[in-house]
Amino acid sequence: MEENKMNAQPIDSKIPEGPIAEKWTNYKAHQKLVNPANKRKLDIIVVGTGLAGASAAATLGEMGFNVLNFCIQDSPRRAHSIAAQGGINAAKNYQNDGDSVYRLFYDTVKGGDYRAREANVYRLAEVSNNIIDQCVAQGVPFAREYGGLLANRSFGGAQVSRTFYAKGQTGQQLLLGAYSSLNRMIHAGKVKSYNRYEMHDVVIIDGRARGIIAKNLVTGKLERFAAHAVVIATGGYGNTYFLSTNAMGCNCSAAMACYRHGAYFANPAYVQIHPTCIPVHGDKQSKLTLMSESLRNDGRIWVPKNIEDAKKLQAGQIKGSDIPEEERDYYLERRYPAFGNLVPRDVASRAAKERCDKGFGVNNTGKAVFLDFSEAINRLGIDVIRQRYGNLFDMYEEITDVNPGELANEINGVKYYNPMMIYPAIHYTMGGIWVDYELQTSIKGLFAIGECNFSDHGANRLGASALMQGLADGYFVLPYTIQNYLSDQISVPHFSTDSPEFDAAEKKVQANLDHLMGIQGKRSVDSIHKELGNVMWDYVGMARTKESLETALQKLKDLRKEFETNLFIPGTQEGMNIELDKAFRLRDFITMGELIAYDALNRHESCGGHFREEHQTEEGEAKRDDENFFYVACWKYNGNDETAPTLIKEPLHYEAIKVQTRNYKS
Amino acid sequence: MDTNISFTLKVWRQKDAHSEGRFETYPMSDIPTDTSFLEMLDILNEQLIEKGEEPVTFDHDCREGICGMCSLYVNGHPHGPATGATTCQLYMRRFKDGDTITVEPWRSAAFPVIKDLMVNRNAFDQIQQAGGYVSFQTGGAQDANAIPISKEAADEAMDSATCIGCGACVAACKNGSAMLFLSAKVSQFALLPQGRAEAKRRVKAMLAKMDELGFGNCTNTGACAAECPKNIKLSNIARLNREFVCAKCSD
Amino acid sequence: MWLTNSSVGRKVVMSVTGLFLVLFVTFHALMNAVALISFEAYDAICEFLGANWYAVAGTLVLAGGFAIHIIFAFWLTFQNRKARGNNRYAVNARPKNVEWASQNMLVLGLIVCCFLILHLVQFWAKMQLPELMGDHVMNGTFYLQATFSQLWVLPVYLIGFAALWFHISHGFWSAFQTLGTANDKWIPRWQCISKWWASIVFILFAVEACYFTWFFAL
Repeated sequence: MEENKMNAQPIDSKIPEGPIAEKWTNYKAHQKLVNPANKRKLDIIVVGTGLAGASAAATLGEMGFNVLNFCIQDSPRRAHSIAAQGGINAAKNYQNDGDSVYRLFYDTVKGGDYRAREANVYRLAEVSNNIIDQCVAQGVPFAREYGGLLANRSFGGAQVSRTFYAKGQTGQQLLLGAYSSLNRMIHAGKVKSYNRYEMHDVVIIDGRARGIIAKNLVTGKLERFAAHAVVIATGGYGNTYFLSTNAMGCNCSAAMACYRHGAYFANPAYVQIHPTCIPVHGDKQSKLTLMSESLRNDGRIWVPKNIEDAKKLQAGQIKGSDIPEEERDYYLERRYPAFGNLVPRDVASRAAKERCDKGFGVNNTGKAVFLDFSEAINRLGIDVIRQRYGNLFDMYEEITDVNPGELANEINGVKYYNPMMIYPAIHYTMGGIWVDYELQTSIKGLFAIGECNFSDHGANRLGASALMQGLADGYFVLPYTIQNYLSDQISVPHFSTDSPEFDAAEKKVQANLDHLMGIQGKRSVDSIHKELGNVMWDYVGMARTKESLETALQKLKDLRKEFETNLFIPGTQEGMNIELDKAFRLRDFITMGELIAYDALNRHESCGGHFREEHQTEEGEAKRDDENFFYVACWKYNGNDETAPTLIKEPLHYEAIKVQTRNYKS
Repeated sequence: MDTNISFTLKVWRQKDAHSEGRFETYPMSDIPTDTSFLEMLDILNEQLIEKGEEPVTFDHDCREGICGMCSLYVNGHPHGPATGATTCQLYMRRFKDGDTITVEPWRSAAFPVIKDLMVNRNAFDQIQQAGGYVSFQTGGAQDANAIPISKEAADEAMDSATCIGCGACVAACKNGSAMLFLSAKVSQFALLPQGRAEAKRRVKAMLAKMDELGFGNCTNTGACAAECPKNIKLSNIARLNREFVCAKCSD
Repeated sequence: MWLTNSSVGRKVVMSVTGLFLVLFVTFHALMNAVALISFEAYDAICEFLGANWYAVAGTLVLAGGFAIHIIFAFWLTFQNRKARGNNRYAVNARPKNVEWASQNMLVLGLIVCCFLILHLVQFWAKMQLPELMGDHVMNGTFYLQATFSQLWVLPVYLIGFAALWFHISHGFWSAFQTLGTANDKWIPRWQCISKWWASIVFILFAVEACYFTWFFAL
C-alpha cells in the first residue's frame, strides 16, 4: 500500500476551461463533431440497456451511428433501472420554491459529501431539465396536478420539491420511454439488439477498445463483435454483498473486464446503503426489497425510548402499536431537526444502525426500526395515504403479512396503525469505472455511463438522482462527447473480427470458462456467493475499521481459494447453463470485493457511504479529512487478481463551492 | 407466525427448444412459509446441485415484481394463485402442507420454450418495435409544461403504461392472444396528446405485427385481465379496437 | 381487406354478424309471441313471410349472416388453437370473473347450430322451401301443432334455448367490446344488458314452446 501511494502519475480529467456555469456550453461549442455521412461509417457497441444504455443506444442511433446493443435479459426493457421507485430530480422550479440549476448542483455535491467532481455535477444539474422535457415528449406519464401541469414531491437531502414521479414506478416509466426510443431505432435498422448476451471481455487493439467477446446465453457459444468504440452501461456492483436491492442478474463482470485491461476503477468503497428496506428474515433469502424513499415524506422513523420496550419487541411480547407516542424516540427528528426524516440516505442508515447496535432494534433479530404512518393517517386520512403509497403498502403486506394501513391500537384516544419495519441494505454503488469529463475511461475508445461510472455522486447519492444521471449520460452527454473521440476515426474502416487480437481474447475467455467447468468441486455458486456477502456485510459494510478491512482481505483471499478449488457446476458448456453464468460473475464479485476493501482501507476518513469508525465526531457523525483525502481514488490493475492494485489519485478542485462539513441539523 | 410446510413439486423439465419435455416430481420438506416461491425454487436448485444434477432454469431478475422477467404457470394460474402479483411476489404462505404444486412454463406458440420453465418472449419486443413509440429526436422537445394534460388522462395512461410485459395475458388466454399487452401500449399513447399525431399509423403497424407473429384472436374471455399481475384493464382492449377500426375506416 | 386479414377485423365481422343474428332471434321470439295471443294473427305473419321477394331476400341475407358467422367462428378457432401451441397445460383453472360461456363459445354455437338444423327441418323445410318449389303449403299453426304435439320436442328445444342464452350472454357484450364501444363504465353495463337481453329472448322462447306443447300435446 505504501509504495502504491508513491506511484502518482498525472491524471487528466479533461475538465474544460472557464467558469463552472459555462464549461459545458464551451465544451459543446468547441468539441469536434462527426458529419452525418461519416456517422454511417462508424459502429458503436453499447453494453447494457438500462436508463443509460438504452438512452445512449437510441440517441446514437438517431444521430446516424450503427449501434450494437447488448443485454443479458430476455428484453432490453428488463434492465434493473426499471425497479427505481421514487422519482427523478430536475431543477425546473415549477413549484416556485427557489430551486435552480445551482441549487441542484449544490445539493448534489453536498449530498455526496464533497467527493464528486464539480464540473460533472454542474453539467448534470444543467441537463436535468432537458431530461424532463425529453421524457414528457416520449409520452412518459408523469404525475400531474388537476390543472394539467406536472406534479413534484420532495426527497431526502433537499429543501425543495424537485422530484418528478410516475406513481411508485418512475424508473419503469423512464426506462420504458428510453426503450421506446430504442425500439424506434431498432425498427429503423440503426440499432441491432442482442438479448440474452453477456459481455465476457473487451477487445483492445493498439491501445483502443475495438470490440467485445460476448456469450450467447441460450446457445452457450462465444461470439465476436467489433466496433469503433465501446460503451459500458452495465450498472453497479451492489451484488458483491449477495443480499442487496439489486436484481439477481446485476453484476460487475463487464466493469471488471475493463478494469483488468487497465481501466481505472474509482472510489469502489463508496457503496450506498439504503435506509428503508424490508429487514432480512432468514438465511434462504435471495434479495432485499426496497421500500421507496418517498415513504419518508409521510412516514416517521422511530425506536422505543426505553430499552425494556425494545427487549419486549424483540421477544415478540408486544407490538409497535402498543407503544404510545411519548415512549417513542423519533431519533432522526431528534438528531437532525432541520431535515428530520428526510436526511440523506447515508445519514439515515447510520442512525438506524446506531440505534440497533445500542440494543433498540425492534424485531426478533434486533436489526430493524419502525417506519410509522399513524401521524400522517390521523392527519390526512387513510384514503389520502393509500392513494400515495397504496401499492407500497400492498407490496409490504404480501412480503411480511402485515398491513401498514391497518388500525392496530388506540391509546388515550390516539389511533396507532401497524408500523412498517425497515432496515438499511446495499442499494447503489457510487464508485465505478473512472471516466474523464467526456465519460471516456482511461482506455481510449472505451466509455462508461450510468451507475457503471463513478462520476457524479461523490461519496453518497441523493434520492432520485440515479435516474437523472443515467439519462443525462445517455441522452445528453455521451452522444456529444463520444464524437470528440470518433471524429478522427472516420477513416478507419469497419473492423473485422478475424484478427489476432480477437483470436486471443476469445481464447482467453474460453480458457476461463473451461477452467470454471473443470474445477468439479463440491460447492454451488450461490453458497460461495452467500459467504462472500456475509464477509462483505460484516467487515466492509456500514461501519468499517482498519482491523475489519484487513480481516476482510484475508477472508476474501481464502474465499477465492475455495472458489478456485471447490466450485461445482453441473451440466456442460453447451446450451444454457445458468450455474456457469453465475460462476463467471461470482469470480468477478470476489475481485470486486477485494477492490472495495482496498479502497476502504486506504481512505482513512469517513465520508458519505464510507464510514470508518476511527473517524467520527463525538456525536457519531462522519468526519472527513479534506487535507489528505480530497481526491478520487483510482485503482489500476496489476496483471493478476491476487496482486493488490495500484492507487492513482485524481485531486479534486472546487471553484464554485466552499468545502465544509455537511450539516443537516439546522 | 412462521411455520414450515412440506409439499410435492411437479416441475416441467425440457432440455432445449427442440427436445421433448416432461414433468419431474420433487418432494420438498420443511419450507418456511415466509420464503418466496422463487426462493423455494432456489432451495430446490441447491438440492439438485448437491446431487450433481442440473438446476431448474427459470427466468427471474428483480424479484420485486417490476421487471416482468419471472413467468411461471403455477397450479393453473400465470404467476400462481395470488392476484395482482408476479411469481416473485408469491409467498409460500399461500400454500398448505401436503399440497401438490404444478409448475409449468408459459405455453403459447409465440413463446417457445428455451429450457425448462424459460420461454422466449422476443415477440413482445417485435410488437413494440413495430410502433410502440413517439417518433421524435432527442433534444427536440419543448418545455415539459408546455402541453397541459388532464390529470385523468395522465393517470389512465399511467395505469396502461404499468404493463410489465411479462406475457401472463398470453399465457392465460385460451387463444394465445396478446391483445391486452398490445392494447396497454396503444392506450398509453392514445390517451396522451404526444401520441395522437401518429396514433393511426401506430395501431395499424403494431396490430399487424402481432397478427404476423402468430398470436391468437381475442374472444373477450377476460382471462388476461383477471390474471394480469398489474391489473391492466379490459377496457384497454376496447380502446385498441376503437383505435384500429377508426384508423381503418378513415383510410 | 382488413376485415379478413387482421385479427380485429375478423372479430368485427363476428360482432356485426352476431349482432345481426341477435336482432333476428329477438324478432323471431317476438313474432312467435303473437301465437300466444292469436293463432290467426300468427298465420297471417307466416303468410306474409311466405315466398315473397322480400321474404326470400331476407332469408338469403339471414342465411348469409349465419354462414359468415359460422365460417369465421371455425376460422378463428382454428387460428386460436394454433396460437396456443402444441403443448397444453397440465393444470387449468378458470379465474374468477371469467364467464364459462366466454371460453366455450364454439361448443355453444355448435349446439345452437344443431338445434337450428332441427328447427329448419321442422319448419322452414316444410313452409318456405316447398312454397318456393311451387307446392301447396298449410298455414303456420298447422306446423306448430305438427311439431309440438310430439313431447320430445320441448326438452330438445329448451336445451337449444339454454345454449342460445349462454351464447348471447357473452356474445352480445363481446360484440360491443370488439366494436370499441366500451370503456370502464360501459363494459359492466353491456354485460348487464347482455344478460337481460339473453334472458328475455330465452324466456319468450321457453314460454312459447311450453305453451305450444301444453296446447297441442296435452
